[in-house]
Amino acid sequence: MKQPILAIRNLSASVGSRKILKGIDLTIYPGEMHAIMGPNGSGKSTLAAILAGRDGYNITGGEVIYCGKDLLALAPEERACEGVFLAFQYPVEIPGVNSTYFLKAAYNEIRKHRGLPELDAMEFLAFVKEKVKLLHLPEDLLKRPVNYGFSGGEKKRNEIFQMAVLEPKFAILDETDSGLDIDALKIVSHGVNTLKRPDNAQLVITHYQRLLNFIVPDFVHVIYDGRVVKSGGKELALELEETGYDEMLNRAAAVPA
Amino acid sequence: MSTSTDTIEELVKKTEYKYGFYTDIETESAPPGLNEDIIRFISHKKNEPEWLLEWRLKAYRHWTTLQAPTWQKAHYPKIDYQDITYFVAPKNLAGGPKSMDEVDPKILETFEKLGIPLHERMRLAGVAVDAVLDSVSVGTTFKKQLGEKGVIFCSFSEAVQEHPDLVRKYLGSVVPYTDNFYATLNSAVFTDGSFCYIPKGVRCPMELSTYFRINAAKSGQFERTLIVADEGSHVSYLEGCTAPMRDEKQLHAAVVELIALDNAEIKYSTVQNWYPGDENGKGGIYNFVTKRGHCKGRDSKISWTQVETGSAITWKYPGVILQGDNSVGEFYSVALTNNYQQADTGTKMIHIGKNTRSTIVSKGISAGHGQNSYRGLVKILKGATHARNYSQCDSLLIGDRCGAHTFPYIEVKNSTARVEHEASTTKVGEDQIFYCNQRAISTQDAVNMIVNGYCKDVFQQLPMEFALEAQKLLSVSLEGSVG
Repeated sequence: MKQPILAIRNLSASVGSRKILKGIDLTIYPGEMHAIMGPNGSGKSTLAAILAGRDGYNITGGEVIYCGKDLLALAPEERACEGVFLAFQYPVEIPGVNSTYFLKAAYNEIRKHRGLPELDAMEFLAFVKEKVKLLHLPEDLLKRPVNYGFSGGEKKRNEIFQMAVLEPKFAILDETDSGLDIDALKIVSHGVNTLKRPDNAQLVITHYQRLLNFIVPDFVHVIYDGRVVKSGGKELALELEETGYDEMLNRAAAVPA
Repeated sequence: MSTSTDTIEELVKKTEYKYGFYTDIETESAPPGLNEDIIRFISHKKNEPEWLLEWRLKAYRHWTTLQAPTWQKAHYPKIDYQDITYFVAPKNLAGGPKSMDEVDPKILETFEKLGIPLHERMRLAGVAVDAVLDSVSVGTTFKKQLGEKGVIFCSFSEAVQEHPDLVRKYLGSVVPYTDNFYATLNSAVFTDGSFCYIPKGVRCPMELSTYFRINAAKSGQFERTLIVADEGSHVSYLEGCTAPMRDEKQLHAAVVELIALDNAEIKYSTVQNWYPGDENGKGGIYNFVTKRGHCKGRDSKISWTQVETGSAITWKYPGVILQGDNSVGEFYSVALTNNYQQADTGTKMIHIGKNTRSTIVSKGISAGHGQNSYRGLVKILKGATHARNYSQCDSLLIGDRCGAHTFPYIEVKNSTARVEHEASTTKVGEDQIFYCNQRAISTQDAVNMIVNGYCKDVFQQLPMEFALEAQKLLSVSLEGSVG
């Protein structure tokens, strides 16, 4: 049996005294695309933040094993070097720091970690130019400071562009579809799909089923009040769209555990 | 501030009487304290002409009527001016390390981090450099090149001896001895500094920094620098260095005067990394400097660029008097305060002539418990028609225990003037750091990246070789400021 890329076992976490995750179980194998859906406040983004290594959360129980390693013991930079990538829901702006310079620094850190030679500015520029085209981003974007002056859609596309350059083993897409019009959605989805490989995996977090028409998941999980309450195949997303969260949760509660 | 009779009597017993106190050897320093006799002693030691001694004495007498100013936004214990030795004989440097093996490894580590060229490390560490080594140094070649163009570049003391008329003509013309408490003090007791004169139409063939770094004597406590650019000439001068300079003397009160005649241009860059005190705020240099440029001639230009990362307290307002029509003044500054450092710095742009322009770009960075203040004056006099000023003062806060303050002063007496002032305050946010972390970039690297981006506009103004050093200097100075 293949080793899972990600195995979350009974993960509980809180912010201060407020419990947010109350025992999450999730296993993702190489080549799989999983989607997590759930109402506001269910813990979706908290899960993404914890997996990426953000400060401010108390892990009160459980574990997360990433490619056989204890993920929670690694600093966020180390997780990134190990191939974990988070496409942020609200990508932050970093004025004064050139996008290409930033991405090259990130790329080379990961190369260094893997024992591969670093690319110089010229080599890197040539390397990224095609990826820019893939995401239909304006070429001058590379010259701008990170996310500075980018429209909402450009910011989201920039996240996937960075994903295309860094080629992560495990990518978490945190509500990548929020704020995107249908055209941008198609472009982003095409980008994500192109990056799928048998040896990597993705975790897509979204409110709406619509994204999943374009990025078709292998598994869908519904999360509510800090727990995974229902899992299924891609049809589960369609079912959810029809019934809504409330109805589905009532039905789920009615079924004996 | 009169001579204490105790001191005189003590000294009378020891040494040969000369000026109210005694010295036995040529190499002896003056006793601590300040009075007219000390001034005469200094002037005599330097073999100065009568007019210069008189100037010093006038300054000293004026100084005794003054009180140290207290309006700056910085706190420090009162300075005892009688507890300072105003003349230290150069031979006292002989007590330094004999080789690099004797130098504090931490200092060597800093040299490495800053990328200081190997051949410079010995000099900076205070290791006595072989005279033979020096004579075949690059310095000799430079002196020749400068001489061919008629450029005078020497120590101030040398200039007093070799070019007294030039010195006399311009000394105190930009910063009169009455200007302020510290400039007055400096005028009375200055020991040495640099003098530079660029003849008409000459473009100085090299950055004067290069020459300065190799051959400068150990900088003194009260430095005096005078640079005169004659009509149509051009010079770029850089003082200081990125290596941390330690000094037992706490107070540094230098005066720098720049004069640019018609169509001349002076570019003056400073990289300052004086000992800033320890992480608890103990010790450190007080850098109280008066720097001013006079755009005397029409179409002249003076630019100040500074990177201040050291000193416990930095207090300076390099300014430009824009007298000549169409003259241009510029001020580009990066001032960093970390741990318990304090900075009250900025500029003064005085518009007098017609069609004058000034540009101010000030980037303050506060980290640790640092307190950083920008204090700027843009003054447009009545006759300054069509004066233009653009000021941008930005503050960057790292962490939540530091402070940034801005005190802009704008006085406009001419209705055709245009003055623009922009200010911004930003924090290096956790979100930004985390975003970088998630892209495999460490927190320290992230801070360096962000700070460098922030300082770009100023670093671009530095002579190229120093732009790189300045970047390294900033990252070394910010170590440990986050996380």
